[in-house]
Amino acid sequence: MAPVLEVSGLSTVFHTRRGLVRAVQDVSFSVEAGETLAIVGESGCGKTITALSLMRLIPQPPGEIVSGSVKVDGTDLLKLSEPEMRKMRGSRIAMIFQEPMTALNPLMTIGRQIAEMVMLHDGASKQVARDRAVEMLHHVRIPEPARRAREYPHQMSGGMRQRAMIAMALACKPKVLVADEPTTALDVTIQAQILDLIGDLQKEFGTAVVLITHDLGVVAEVAQRVVVMYAGRKVEEASVGELFAHPLHPYPRGLLGSIPRVGSARGLDVSPDERLREITGMVPALNDLPPGCAFAPRCSLADARCRETVPPFELKQPDHFAACWQA
Amino acid sequence: MLTYLIRRLLLMIVTLFGVSVAIFLLLRIVPGNIADILFDSAGMIDPSEKQKIIADLGLDLPLPLQYWSWLNGVLHGELGFSYVSEKPVIDEILPRIPITARLAGLALVFAICAGVPLGVISAVKQNTKLDYALRVLSLSGLSMPSFWLGLLILMACVRWFGTIPIYDRAPASIWAWIAMLAIPAASVGFRSSALIMRLTRSSMLEILRQDFVRTAKSKGLSDNAVTYVHALRNALLPVITTIGVETAFLMGGLIVTETVFNIPGVARFLVEAIRWRDYPMVQNLVMFIAVVVVTVNLIVDLLYMLVDPRIRYSE
Amino acid sequence: MSATVPHSFWNNVSYNARRYPLGVAGGIIMIVFVLAAIFASAVAPLDPFNTNAKASLAAPGPVYLFGADMMGRDVLSRLIHGARVSLAVALGATIIGSGIGCAVGLACGYIGGWFDLLVQRVTEVMQALPLLVMALVITASLGPSLRNTIIAIAIPLIPSVARVIRSNVLSLREMPYVEAAKATGMSEWRIAIIHVLPNTLAPLIVLATAQLGSTILTEASLSFLGLGVPEPYPSWGRMLSESAAEYVRTAPWLVIYPGLAISLVVFGSNLLGDALRDALDPRQRD
Repeated sequence: MAPVLEVSGLSTVFHTRRGLVRAVQDVSFSVEAGETLAIVGESGCGKTITALSLMRLIPQPPGEIVSGSVKVDGTDLLKLSEPEMRKMRGSRIAMIFQEPMTALNPLMTIGRQIAEMVMLHDGASKQVARDRAVEMLHHVRIPEPARRAREYPHQMSGGMRQRAMIAMALACKPKVLVADEPTTALDVTIQAQILDLIGDLQKEFGTAVVLITHDLGVVAEVAQRVVVMYAGRKVEEASVGELFAHPLHPYPRGLLGSIPRVGSARGLDVSPDERLREITGMVPALNDLPPGCAFAPRCSLADARCRETVPPFELKQPDHFAACWQA
Repeated sequence: MLTYLIRRLLLMIVTLFGVSVAIFLLLRIVPGNIADILFDSAGMIDPSEKQKIIADLGLDLPLPLQYWSWLNGVLHGELGFSYVSEKPVIDEILPRIPITARLAGLALVFAICAGVPLGVISAVKQNTKLDYALRVLSLSGLSMPSFWLGLLILMACVRWFGTIPIYDRAPASIWAWIAMLAIPAASVGFRSSALIMRLTRSSMLEILRQDFVRTAKSKGLSDNAVTYVHALRNALLPVITTIGVETAFLMGGLIVTETVFNIPGVARFLVEAIRWRDYPMVQNLVMFIAVVVVTVNLIVDLLYMLVDPRIRYSE
Repeated sequence: MSATVPHSFWNNVSYNARRYPLGVAGGIIMIVFVLAAIFASAVAPLDPFNTNAKASLAAPGPVYLFGADMMGRDVLSRLIHGARVSLAVALGATIIGSGIGCAVGLACGYIGGWFDLLVQRVTEVMQALPLLVMALVITASLGPSLRNTIIAIAIPLIPSVARVIRSNVLSLREMPYVEAAKATGMSEWRIAIIHVLPNTLAPLIVLATAQLGSTILTEASLSFLGLGVPEPYPSWGRMLSESAAEYVRTAPWLVIYPGLAISLVVFGSNLLGDALRDALDPRQRD
């Protein structure tokens, strides 16, 4: 079965006063219907820009998608004209954002914000659209959906707002849902609920989900496959179980090693292998990248070749890719 | 919300009370009062005549008593008598109110209808030539003295129509009113429109940077829908508040505009009253202006509360 | 190659000058007018007080560059000397008004309590009246003179400045770095002088520059109405009133040039004020 979303060689740059920022370099991945792909990395690694590039929401003067293709059900979004792309947004590919309070229009009722999608893409009348909005709010398990539809964003709690945003994104049953850190701004207890909700809706509607996050715990809970990004490039890609069990690239290995585990540190007399390991150094500035592997300055395994040449992203083990000379 | 309203009304009353005390005292700080002027202008020499004038006008009573008698009068609708014309103050003020009110209203309408759309355009087409041109225009609007603009308009009228518009008789229909007051309204409203345009522009730019605009785009809405359906209503909120403040300024502008265009309104009357040291008139006129300003501010605040759901439905 | 941070004062100035060309233009306009005002006697071609009945209402020409008024006085020279008066009044009123307003605002922010409440009420009373009306009433009660005009324009400025400074001080006192300073044991005085005061200077300067334009306009309006700067001081506003509707037909230069002068100065100060505000507003920095 052909994947619903096929991204190939996506590269996005920003023209700034301080030079050319290569935010995303040669990123490729694919997602099947009903599957969740997580894109992981720390702040500044390019994951959010990747997500915005999929939606073509990159502001065009400073930003530019310079190469690649983004195919949804075979249609390359990057080759569409702007009006054609607008038809796609919301109806074929939709996005939910990190901070639900600021991502919703404070002066419009929730119901109206959802209904306007339905009216726009499905050509429905106002009444039909309103009914569908209430139906979607019910789908995302908001109690008293009819009443909530008439409310404004500030009248809802954070978790409810995020549900409403999910309802809005899925109102026109898109094939792909891009979720940019959907739980980062929420309480931990609500996080689990939202992730469950996304999972259930995914099963129901068969949506392909691209989940952007920096939290490996979230990845473990909901994703089937994971892509790790660093300084704008992919450094590893595998199924979730495989990555967690045998990370190949030193970066994800360092990330996984720095997760505190219950029972590991027992007071002051801990053995060296049980101490929390941190990755020394900082992410390089994206307009001033080193010639070789971007992670080399921080990597304990780096050699001369690592520092001079960018390692290719290739298959290292069955269904397990990495970009590392040492792996 | 009701408690807020009541609190605001009480505050309003306290403020107006304060204004009345302030204006009363201010006009009596300096010696050389109306009695002297009337005395000198009537050519009287005998000091006892002056005493008579003082007694007649109640100027020999202690200040608090004078204030109380005035305040008492105001609350009963008796505003005292003009020193100059000796007619009741209220008879002088009331007939002049309608024309000033119409002028102010027209100016405000002009300011909003010109300022808001131009501000939106300027924001949407940020940093283009049109934007710069509009910004220069609005800045000049803020820099020009409104009486100078009025004079220039008069000059233009003379050059093109050969005559200056004269405001003597009340015209028949409402369209005639508008036609008659259009030019001075534009003259006094120009500055307000420049302010509103700048505010709309900066507010719009601020709003367009916000997250929900990106969300609206991600839903596939056209740029127009994003700008006019989503962004604009948010951007206009601070503009509503400014209208209240701007009205106060408008009153000041009316003073000079009515003078330049020779319109027999309340604002010009204030200047005449000041020139004539007609204290009862000045007092009451200033109070009137204060009442108008404070009331307009209250109405604007209420309007804002109604329009912003975050305040209307604060849980 | 990472961006070089401008270090020296002149580097800073030229960096900002390139970023805000309009502000520089405004600054230059202001400087020209200020210099003309200071060196008025040297710059003005003729004596502004010299009446010459034969030259009454002369059109602009080689002798009277901007024409002459009804009493034969040279308009250009009166404009230049008028700059002295109008700018002095505006500057004086702005400094006095902003200074007192700043002091009041600081006091409110620090003393608080009944003082703050009282000042708040008085501020509301003062803001119930338009600027011009209040200035008019003050000159009316004090009598028209140069000094009284300055006072009359300065007083209405106080409430708005006080309000801004007060809210600034209040929010600054809540700032994390002030709390951190307190936590390290710094006394309130030191905090006030080292942390709070410098951070109120920036908005104060922006506010004062913005007010400068409005004070110039207010003085012009007062003088236009005959209730501002009296004879013999030349004032742009009064030059316009003397030439009001009567000479609109016959001597348009009497209307054009004084108004142009006022507009230009206010325009310059607005440009400068806008640029200052953009430069000093931390949110605008890329």
